Amino acid sequence: MKLITAIVKPFKLDDVKDALKAAGVQGITVSEVRGFGRQGGHTETYRGAEYKIDFVPKARLEIVVADDAVDGVIDAIKAAASTGKIGDGKIWVTGVDRIIRIRTGEEGHDAV
Amino acid sequence: MESGNIAWVLISAALVLFMTPGLAFFYGGMDRNRNVLNMLMMNFYCVLIIPILWVAVGYSLSQNPFDADFIGGFDSFFLKDITVAGDGMTLATVAFLGMFAAITPALISGAVADRMKFSAWAIFVPIWSLLVYVPVFKWVYGGWLADRGSIDFAGGTAIHVNAGIAALAAVMVLGKRKSAPTPPHSMPLVMIGTGILWFGWFGFNAGSALAANGAAAQAFMNTFLAAAAAGLAWILIEWLRDGHPTNLGAASGIVAGLVAITPAAGYVSGASPIFIGLIAGAICCYAVRLKHKFGYDDALDVVGVHFVGGLVGSLLIGFFANPSFFEGSFMEGIFYGGGAKLLLEQAIANGAAIVWSFVLTYGIMVLLKKTIGVRVSEESEAAGLDLAEHGETAYNN
Repeated sequence: MKLITAIVKPFKLDDVKDALKAAGVQGITVSEVRGFGRQGGHTETYRGAEYKIDFVPKARLEIVVADDAVDGVIDAIKAAASTGKIGDGKIWVTGVDRIIRIRTGEEGHDAV
Repeated sequence: MESGNIAWVLISAALVLFMTPGLAFFYGGMDRNRNVLNMLMMNFYCVLIIPILWVAVGYSLSQNPFDADFIGGFDSFFLKDITVAGDGMTLATVAFLGMFAAITPALISGAVADRMKFSAWAIFVPIWSLLVYVPVFKWVYGGWLADRGSIDFAGGTAIHVNAGIAALAAVMVLGKRKSAPTPPHSMPLVMIGTGILWFGWFGFNAGSALAANGAAAQAFMNTFLAAAAAGLAWILIEWLRDGHPTNLGAASGIVAGLVAITPAAGYVSGASPIFIGLIAGAICCYAVRLKHKFGYDDALDVVGVHFVGGLVGSLLIGFFANPSFFEGSFMEGIFYGGGAKLLLEQAIANGAAIVWSFVLTYGIMVLLKKTIGVRVSEESEAAGLDLAEHGETAYNN
């Protein structure tokens, strides 16, 4: 099993969620994060004084899937989250050693 | 007729009370999210301690006898001999004026934000009220500055210039914040506060007529025209100079206009409030930059808006005062056939208030610094005053 972590633009979250459901994903976890990559921050002016805001709001999704589902999920996220403009985000894949369903105690693929 | 007067004064007293919470949110929204509760507390504290001090000795020292030159006495200690007899207007006026006494020290809180010990603030407020607010109020209302012919309808000198210059003295003793300023943490709170302030200011200015009459109605008009004009001036300047019109600019402009019209509210008419608002809004929009130039850390621009706005409005009375409109007995401004006498007296009155307020405020702060200390520790300043001074968190997630 693999953990897919995706950082996307916040307003793309709904599109990504719909695409993931269509791809057969049954569970995702979402958090509101801030960050920067090449997009950099922006400047806000308050009473004539400039403030450099380095961090940009993003949405982070975490999805645990079976190994053979990884490519499909990545394609779904890429297609839904892309705007073509800088700041679209990143996806990375890490391994999951163990996964347990709390209610039933099921493990492994039965818990995904 | 009398019942209309008292009704209006009582409503105005409630409106002015509402301004202290309004100020609390205006400042609180501009402050950091880990210090917002400290800012609210500094403001709410003023309406806890000052009303008691006011009815005990404040009213007596500042207004009894009314025509005492420098300071009153203790004849009205705990409002002795003030009853419901007659029209009850005295009681209503004591309440009304007490609200002004409460909000004036609260103005200073915006300057000392993010680093002042609450215990020091708690002692500063009543001492400042007795040693600075009360004497200046006496001089302006029935005292030697009034006798010379200077005028201040609702407290431009007595409240805004007074607290504004006190804020400067306070931050000079307090020192700068250790970390760089941050943008406002909640502009919606700032705008709520601004709306409450504008609403309450109708009581502040129009209520100062102490009657439900034409002067009150004109003061009402002046209050919304000046605020609107100043808000427009500020956002137009911002738009052209910085690239965007901001909510903070609109809010700051509105308050600058309200401050500037405060001394003039019952003395100017026609388009004058619009000019006063435009001038004050424009000047204050640039005055808020003085702190960068001179290196004082006036966190939320009390000096740039209240001191400068109050001074500008008070001096503009020397140009725009129109006694014939009000059937009043004050001097004419330069544009209405008067000479420079009124302008001169306005300058002298403000000068006297500035010197007294600055010197005594500086002294009070130095005394506090040398005894209990005025600043929180570096760790507390970094972690946030809400937790350090009040054991509270504003936003729990």
